[in-house]
Amino acid sequence: MTKADIVIIGGGITGTMIARALSKYDLRTVLVEKENDIADGATMANSAIVHVGYDPEDGTLKGLLNVRGARLYDTILDEMNCRYLTTGAFIAACGEEEEKHLDVLTDRADRRGIPYRILSGDEARKEEPNLSEDVTKVIDFHTTKVIYPWEVALKAAKVAVNNGVQILLGHEVTDIEKMNGKYAVHAGDEIIEASCVINAAGIMADRIASFVEEPWFTMRPRRGEYFVLDKDVHLVQHIIFPVPSEEKGKGVLAVPTVYGNTLIGPNSDYIDDREDNGTSYYGLDYVRKNMAKTLRNVPFNRSIRTFAGIRPASTSSDFIIEESKTSEGFINVASIESPGLASSPAIAEYVIGNFVSKHFDLKEKEGYDMTLPKDIVLSDMTEEERNVLIRERPEYGRIVCRCEQISEGEILDALKGPLGATTVKGVKKRCRPGMGRCQGGFCEPLVMEILSRELDKDPLDIELDGKGSYILERSNR
Amino acid sequence: MTENKELICINCPMGCRLNVTIEDGRVTEVTGNTCPRGREYALKEAVDPMRILTSTVRIEGAVHRVLPVISDGEIPLRQMFEAMAEIKKIDVRAPIKEGDIVLHDILGSGVNIIASRTMDRVD
Amino acid sequence: MRHYQAIIIGGGSAGLSAAVTLKDRGIEDILVLEKDREPGGILEQCIHNGFGLQRFKEQLSGPAYAERYIKMAEERNVKIKLNSMVIKLTPDRKVEYVNSEEGDVTVSADAVILAVGCYERSRGAINIYGTRPSGVYTAGQAQKYLNMNGYVVGRKVFILGSGDIGLIMARRMTLEGATVVGVAELMPYSNGLPRNMKQCLEDFNIPLYLSHTVTNIFGKDRLEGIELSEVDDKRNPIKGSEKYFDVDTLLLSVGLIPENHLADEAGIEMDPVTRGPKVDENYMTSIDGIFACGNGLHVHDLVDFVSLQAERAAEGAARYLSDGKSEAGVITLRNGSNVSYTVPKYIHKDAKINTEVFFRASRPMDKASLTVSCGDRLIRKLARRKVMPSEMDRVMITAKDLKDLDGDIVISMEENA
Repeated sequence: MTKADIVIIGGGITGTMIARALSKYDLRTVLVEKENDIADGATMANSAIVHVGYDPEDGTLKGLLNVRGARLYDTILDEMNCRYLTTGAFIAACGEEEEKHLDVLTDRADRRGIPYRILSGDEARKEEPNLSEDVTKVIDFHTTKVIYPWEVALKAAKVAVNNGVQILLGHEVTDIEKMNGKYAVHAGDEIIEASCVINAAGIMADRIASFVEEPWFTMRPRRGEYFVLDKDVHLVQHIIFPVPSEEKGKGVLAVPTVYGNTLIGPNSDYIDDREDNGTSYYGLDYVRKNMAKTLRNVPFNRSIRTFAGIRPASTSSDFIIEESKTSEGFINVASIESPGLASSPAIAEYVIGNFVSKHFDLKEKEGYDMTLPKDIVLSDMTEEERNVLIRERPEYGRIVCRCEQISEGEILDALKGPLGATTVKGVKKRCRPGMGRCQGGFCEPLVMEILSRELDKDPLDIELDGKGSYILERSNR
Repeated sequence: MTENKELICINCPMGCRLNVTIEDGRVTEVTGNTCPRGREYALKEAVDPMRILTSTVRIEGAVHRVLPVISDGEIPLRQMFEAMAEIKKIDVRAPIKEGDIVLHDILGSGVNIIASRTMDRVD
Repeated sequence: MRHYQAIIIGGGSAGLSAAVTLKDRGIEDILVLEKDREPGGILEQCIHNGFGLQRFKEQLSGPAYAERYIKMAEERNVKIKLNSMVIKLTPDRKVEYVNSEEGDVTVSADAVILAVGCYERSRGAINIYGTRPSGVYTAGQAQKYLNMNGYVVGRKVFILGSGDIGLIMARRMTLEGATVVGVAELMPYSNGLPRNMKQCLEDFNIPLYLSHTVTNIFGKDRLEGIELSEVDDKRNPIKGSEKYFDVDTLLLSVGLIPENHLADEAGIEMDPVTRGPKVDENYMTSIDGIFACGNGLHVHDLVDFVSLQAERAAEGAARYLSDGKSEAGVITLRNGSNVSYTVPKYIHKDAKINTEVFFRASRPMDKASLTVSCGDRLIRKLARRKVMPSEMDRVMITAKDLKDLDGDIVISMEENA
């Protein structure tokens, strides 16, 4: 039995942001994650936007935490040296009906102190030539950012680990027992005893909650499918949104990613199987057709990848962030769908301020550090910087992925430390070999070779992603 | 016993449809060919098809883990899997030169399995 | 900055052939930049035979074909830098490359020849729906694991695409003890050579599904199965035609695309059909002194033609180095009916050489007339049989043909009854 003060269940953006925020206090915190890597669920597959907070309605947690979260990001992204783009977000109205709805958004933005610009259709098309002729008016929420959500979650987890939080990957919670006012969390081969449990289990949050209380909310998985376009397609510079609506949510967007690709999606389909993140003909067809409302000339034939993500939506329309009424110290942080990513730093703050602080005397520990050094990214460097680096460390001179120009040195960096990559996908998520136009056709065998050598594993035991996702079936010689 | 077989000639992209008449295991007539190569092909193909076999063998001390090999003549198609089983048993060590014989007279066919490239010794 | 007479980007079949030709034309100060640890390019993993029939009148394996050119390059003291990845090409012919010995180096040249090869279309480019487990490979990727690393990727295999790589892999996997349960082709005709259809599929009783495509992928971690659907004449899946196959491996052989990002970033004009640079009769791109050849120019079906065109690009570069570029106007080659593209795309009006134009038909035809014309003037009319889009065709346009031409040249194929 491991003894802790707090157990966080779930290593997505919500769980890792909470772990990061808690790590500065003198508490024993353990985060458990069922998958073999951080943030493999909704955090991995979404629109990658730090919404500024004009969309959620007044009086909701979403409204409160989105605005605050977006502001906290400014500091956090710099502290952790994360990649981001301040692209702005064009909300594109077509015709008078939709223009009226823009007023609702600007009213909210005014009340919340969110800056914006108003553009006519023609002015907007000057900045975004591929905007549809039907667009008559645009609001640009110009402080909107695009991030690489997975990187933020990983780095939040790294900060937490550096400050003493324990993270257990591949530990699925199978039961939670109550005993003497404490909880015994059964996670994989561990039992962790703690007085406070934070349920940040994403799409599994209702099941985790049901271990300690009568179920009162149910997850309703909603799938969103996306295209990723080649980075030599320079489609848009701003995020392009249609006018949001009750029934369709934020609609189909075009998002310029931090790595120069364009993301097109999502649709929004309620599905039965909460783990079914497969793409579908109907989903992607919906995306294709609906994108045409705001953008023309979308080259879907330059798609390099399609994917689907599952939003952890539930029967509640707002975020669920509260301590269980029947089980003291058990805190649900559930239904964190959009704008969950943008809200996550504020969610962490809210959870600690309102609930954790009731149970613990929060003392900051000595020498905690919320910062992380910049990653070495060869393609971001100048010729001179690369020369200096390679002279000292030749492994950065061996380019493994030609599409994204990733060196062996960067892959070795991705393998390092307690949250280092152990799979091909793990490497890909950390430093991108295989994310380019050839999708790993060339570099996957090389990445395999490096993984096998560095982890001292037989190539046959190297996996693509989850357990059982082997790449090579047998040696033939 | 007379048997008729239809074959598609593989000598060139024309892909002529060949009709072959076989009597007692011997080809007596070939039609449908547009050139003599078609006839030549049909004579062999209809009775006992022969193929070049390419594969790999394990190599130690080279830049790659396996060495590509090729048969230096055709071997019967019906013996392909048997031949593969023989090839699987072979281990070689670098250096190897293109054309080096790695297996003599495979399955008594008179055909050798040879290295199809050079691999230097790498330490 | 070190300056060369010529720099060749890529040390595969095109790059080596170009280097050999440059040396033979007396261009001594040249450099080949190769990203891999050895020269030879993709041929090293194509261990099957059938290479070199045109070039050497022999049936060589891919590695043996490459070795001939590697030897020729060695005999001529061609300088090849291995493990060197080119990361940038500028219009003034500066080439930036990275390797671990020298770091990040920029060199320049009077002529640059792009011999960069191509990459395989992946799953993301063709919209196969479903989950994303392991077990889905491009055919070339599986080929590399098998033929260079010595590992088999799976036991029960389905192959999408009847191009030659797909067919070759069907046989190779079968011989290694895997079960290939089928090969599907979106088009109503096969894209492979008749010889590969016979020796790779029929020899092993592997069924071919024409007008079919994979419409769904199942499995969370490792592939568990695929759904195959028949397609209509617009290539859309037909509802109700779905068949399920229990397989652990799917190989994709669904097309190759010239690797064009260096050319693109340099601002070279690209052909939207081939997705390689547009070149003139000297294989020069829209930027002076930058040439292109091989699969990075357009995707070939035979390596023999890769070598041949690379020689012509090198000859073009050699002429450019001695005579400079032609200031004469150009005649554009247009794709007429049933022709999907031509290489070259332009011929200078004062061209002194005869230009062999390579082109592809856009659909199969049993009998066809090939015509080369300019306005009302018919330059050439030739008969063709068994025309296939997968087989590159060629026709000569002589220097004499160009005399007094007014307007574009159109190359067409008309089907004959």
